[in-house]
Amino acid sequence: MAYAIEIKDLKKRYGNGFEALKGIDLTVEQGDFFALLGPNGAGKSTTIGILCSLVNKSSGSVSIFGVDIDKDFAGAKRYLGVVPQEFNFNVFETVFNVVVTQAGFYGIPKELAKERAEKYLKQLDLWDKKDTQSRMLSGGMKRRLMIARALIHEPKVLILDEPTAGVDIELRRSMWEFIKGLNEQGTTIILTTHYLEEAEQLCRNIAIINSGQIVENTSVKALLKTLNSETFVLDLDQAIEDVALPGYKVESIGDGSSIEIEIVKGQNLNDVFAYLEQQQVKVLSMRNKSNRLEELFVKLIEGNNAHV
Amino acid sequence: MSNGEIWIAFYTILRREVRRFMRIWPQTLLPPAITMSLYFAIFGNLIGSRIGEMEGFSYMQFIVPGLIMMSVITNSYSNVASSFFSAKFQQSIQELLVSPTPSWVVLMGYVLGGVARGLLVGLAVTILSLFFTHMQLHNIFLTILIVLLTSVMFALGGFVNALFARNFDDVSIVPTFILTPLTYLGGVFYSISLLPDIWQNISLLNPVLYMVNAFRYGILGVSDIDVTWALFIICAFIVVLYSIGLTLLNRGRGIRN
Repeated sequence: MAYAIEIKDLKKRYGNGFEALKGIDLTVEQGDFFALLGPNGAGKSTTIGILCSLVNKSSGSVSIFGVDIDKDFAGAKRYLGVVPQEFNFNVFETVFNVVVTQAGFYGIPKELAKERAEKYLKQLDLWDKKDTQSRMLSGGMKRRLMIARALIHEPKVLILDEPTAGVDIELRRSMWEFIKGLNEQGTTIILTTHYLEEAEQLCRNIAIINSGQIVENTSVKALLKTLNSETFVLDLDQAIEDVALPGYKVESIGDGSSIEIEIVKGQNLNDVFAYLEQQQVKVLSMRNKSNRLEELFVKLIEGNNAHV
Repeated sequence: MSNGEIWIAFYTILRREVRRFMRIWPQTLLPPAITMSLYFAIFGNLIGSRIGEMEGFSYMQFIVPGLIMMSVITNSYSNVASSFFSAKFQQSIQELLVSPTPSWVVLMGYVLGGVARGLLVGLAVTILSLFFTHMQLHNIFLTILIVLLTSVMFALGGFVNALFARNFDDVSIVPTFILTPLTYLGGVFYSISLLPDIWQNISLLNPVLYMVNAFRYGILGVSDIDVTWALFIICAFIVVLYSIGLTLLNRGRGIRN
């Protein structure tokens, strides 16, 4: 079975000499929920741009569902739906026209286009805005409009380039549910995001790109297993001056009523709780200092930058 | 894409273009109608009555074909130039780039959109001219052929301009500094037989002269140039501009990184 996306030795050098991609290899399986992560300027948007024909590649090959873009780009594009990072619709068109017009570009007859537009605009809670000029929509509505537009030709792969950037928490969660539903129905999802919590919760596989190179490409589970340490924040019922726990790295925060403790492999929180119990200090609440994937991400990027 | 799908894609672009210029008709359709009415009133009626006949016709009758052609040229060009550049500027051109629509369909869709506006304005100006003078039609087939081909040619020119343009100034430079002088010096208001020999020869280098005169021949039956030669020049320009436009579009000039 062909991969949903297969990228081999992909390179991109821009006109100003900047080498955005230094020969990346990447495969995304059909039906996957895949995260493409990396810091700003790492090459994520260039990779996506090449996939959807907004950027010309310098060399290498790209296949979408087994269709080589050099041989049949039009055929390959049919499999692909794209939700870009920036709003790129005609702001003077109505919401309904934006979606139906996009269907026309894929050769979809008008009646079918109207049916689908209604279906997706309803699913994305935009049906009551169908006659509104798209420039009048809120930021979250504009993002949802771009999702509806990307789905109008019912693509097998949906690429979402930071779809939840600047979106409030409630809307973000409803978008997650919608995208998860699409994936469950068989659509391959490729997601780029700066919210690593989003990638950890949604994605099965992950690639991290930095300075135009893939520095990690594995499953989210496998990646999290490589995490050697986690830092927790414990809120206490009283301030504590010093935690004398040999082998544990503990720091007090503020007035000492919260502590930050790093647990490395082989250590456990039971020792900490036992110690606090002994000191007659109660733990009111506990949380991760940062997202686990975020910790790994930072370590990988820092490690990679040290070698560049 | 199948032929049916290509037709849908083409029709979608064309419909969107027509919808665009109809939506903003006070900017696209009204100004040329007002400008041309002023030309008819001032040059045709007030000044023209003192000029007398030109090539056997009243001055008003003489300038009407040129003014119709001038409005067709300007509107065909500016519609495509501004619409395609706006799509680039807003990045909504990406809607087309990510789709399987072939480049030649994109090109034809935009060009026919420009032709639609050019012809609509041309028709409006023709109707307005009837309030000032009576018109005859020497050769209807030639008249329609010339106006159609000229409109296509300048719409293609507008498309190439928009591909190269990096800002809104670049879109207005060509119409202001090239198109307008060529049109005014292209025999709209006079017959080149009135000019000294040297200026007659220089005028023959102006492609707009051929279009205006061929169109005037279709309406009045008089021309300063050979109409066959005019048809050849227009077709040659169309082939060259189409090739440039399509090549640049395929390469992604100004629209892809």
